[in-house]
Amino acid sequence: MESLTPPPIRRLPLEDPGAARQVATPPHASGNANGPVAAPGGFTAARRSIGAPQFSIRRMEIDDVWVSYADREAVKSVSLPVRQGEVLALIGPSGCGKTTLLRSLNRLTELTRTATMRGRILLDDVDIRQFEPTALRRRVTMVFQQPNPFPMSVFDNIAYVLREQGSRRQRKKALEPKVHSALERAGLFEEVKDNLDHPALRLSGGQQQRLCIARALAAEPEVLLLDEPCSALDPQSTQVIEDLIVKLRDDVAVVIVTHNLQQAYRVADHVAFMYLGELVEYNSATSLFGSPREPRTQEYVSGAFG
Amino acid sequence: MESSLATPQAQSPSGPVAPTPTLRGPVKGAVEGSATWRLSDRIGLAICWALGLLFCAIAAGIVAYLFIQGIKFLKPSMLVTPATSGFTQSQSGGFSDAFAGTLIVGAMGISIALPVGVGIAVWLVEYGRPAALARITESTIEAIAGIPSIVLALFGTVIFSSTALAFLSRTSEGVVFGRSFFAASAMLSLVALPLIVASTREGLNAIPQHVREASYAVGKTKIATTRRILLPTARPQVATGAVLGLGRIIGDTAIVLVLLGATQNLEPTGGPFPIDYLRGAGTTLTNFVYEASPTGNLNQPQKAYAAAFVLLLMVLGLNAAADVIHRRARKAGTWSH
Repeated sequence: MESLTPPPIRRLPLEDPGAARQVATPPHASGNANGPVAAPGGFTAARRSIGAPQFSIRRMEIDDVWVSYADREAVKSVSLPVRQGEVLALIGPSGCGKTTLLRSLNRLTELTRTATMRGRILLDDVDIRQFEPTALRRRVTMVFQQPNPFPMSVFDNIAYVLREQGSRRQRKKALEPKVHSALERAGLFEEVKDNLDHPALRLSGGQQQRLCIARALAAEPEVLLLDEPCSALDPQSTQVIEDLIVKLRDDVAVVIVTHNLQQAYRVADHVAFMYLGELVEYNSATSLFGSPREPRTQEYVSGAFG
Repeated sequence: MESSLATPQAQSPSGPVAPTPTLRGPVKGAVEGSATWRLSDRIGLAICWALGLLFCAIAAGIVAYLFIQGIKFLKPSMLVTPATSGFTQSQSGGFSDAFAGTLIVGAMGISIALPVGVGIAVWLVEYGRPAALARITESTIEAIAGIPSIVLALFGTVIFSSTALAFLSRTSEGVVFGRSFFAASAMLSLVALPLIVASTREGLNAIPQHVREASYAVGKTKIATTRRILLPTARPQVATGAVLGLGRIIGDTAIVLVLLGATQNLEPTGGPFPIDYLRGAGTTLTNFVYEASPTGNLNQPQKAYAAAFVLLLMVLGLNAAADVIHRRARKAGTWSH
């Protein structure tokens, strides 16, 4: 292990532990519960902002799923549980199929003409292929890498989700409580409550992304998919969103794809490491980063490749 | 690079000192001077400048000349008096019918071209299957854009003189006249169509794919996404296409000449109020300018200038509107791709 190149994580100038984060680490002590986290990746430095889950209910079940684009296999035989009460992080180098897997959870892969899926994905024990895609996508909503609010007011961004398909029915007044509560759940309401009719594209990047989360929550989904939600954001906005993700896990099952290993360590209860379309290792975050079973995982989390 | 340009200070024993900006090339303003260019490049640049200025001068000349002539000859009464037969310019009335004809043709043409054009563009960008049909549609639109309008006009006479379409124009003794506002507007809409399609496609293509997916990902259908997200987002480009298309319709002469009847007045034929005018023959400002110019039948150049001035004002107004739409759209903000 010593011969490996020092991981980039170590070079980050991390301030003295304990002081920086307002989110208290000691009480839930999840990092210590699973044994010492003196990991090869130096993950002792990154603090977990997430405590042990209060509960966990299995919402989705990925069962031997294969996804291919034309003749290229992007996801090979992946099986994973997705639980409410927990955050699941998918990590892996670029092109390892984690985003494809995420998109297949609400059948967004079907928009790609060449994509085909084999295997089963269950949502509350029902195969997702039995749902109308639109109905499924209201139960399994998604937030994207680039903040992409619709070019309308903050209010209308949420209202659009609440209304029937293309309709404009349901007056503003009637929708107000739901819009407000969606914004509140995304922790944005206080910042925008006076400017609900301002164009959403005028918000800052972090606010836009939280608006996108609010939009995804407005559909009252069971599962929230996040595709590298912080990769376009600055550190402050990233922290706000990470805190939000941790808060959301009790209401919805959260699946997050991330390139940022520290982020996965900070917010996730379980982590799935994918490589070349295969699921290499699935384990609790502390175990996967602290004592990875597979050599591939060990190399990846220590920064040997990726 | 650095060593060759280094100042004495930089080599001083006090250690590396950043070279003064002036020696590192143009920093302030960062405008590269052409003084260091090769001669051929400098000549090329000069030619570009000259041609650009020449072009501006020509445009300014046309506009200035027409403004002078227009202000000299245009009387407000001309816009409300129809043309009458007379030997002198003071006897022959105004061009109110031509003015009305331009407005009618513009309104009808654009109200045909806009929905059709937007529909084609949406289909091409958002659906476009089967691919072969999409390719054929694309090249058809390009072909229409390339067809001279006089050819469209000729083709229009064939279509609208058919007995099946007799209800769109005047019929006398079993012969379908084939010339009416309906006929002219229908063919004129083809002139505007390619512009609207191109502009709308450009607007739709500028929307990143992830914005569409964001709408699908909250359970919206493609139709709902198109209606509520994509078309409103592309509205500035649609409007720009419509405005430019309208300019082309207003400016077209050949189709009006062939398909609106050789007349200087609106000539309603039977039917209830608006229909009788639309079925009848008429004229537009472009046609009036042609007829009133020294080569035309009317030969009253002063009125040709006045009408041309009105036409110019309309087209300039439309271009200004397109500009405003664009500028406002840029202000509304957009996504990172």
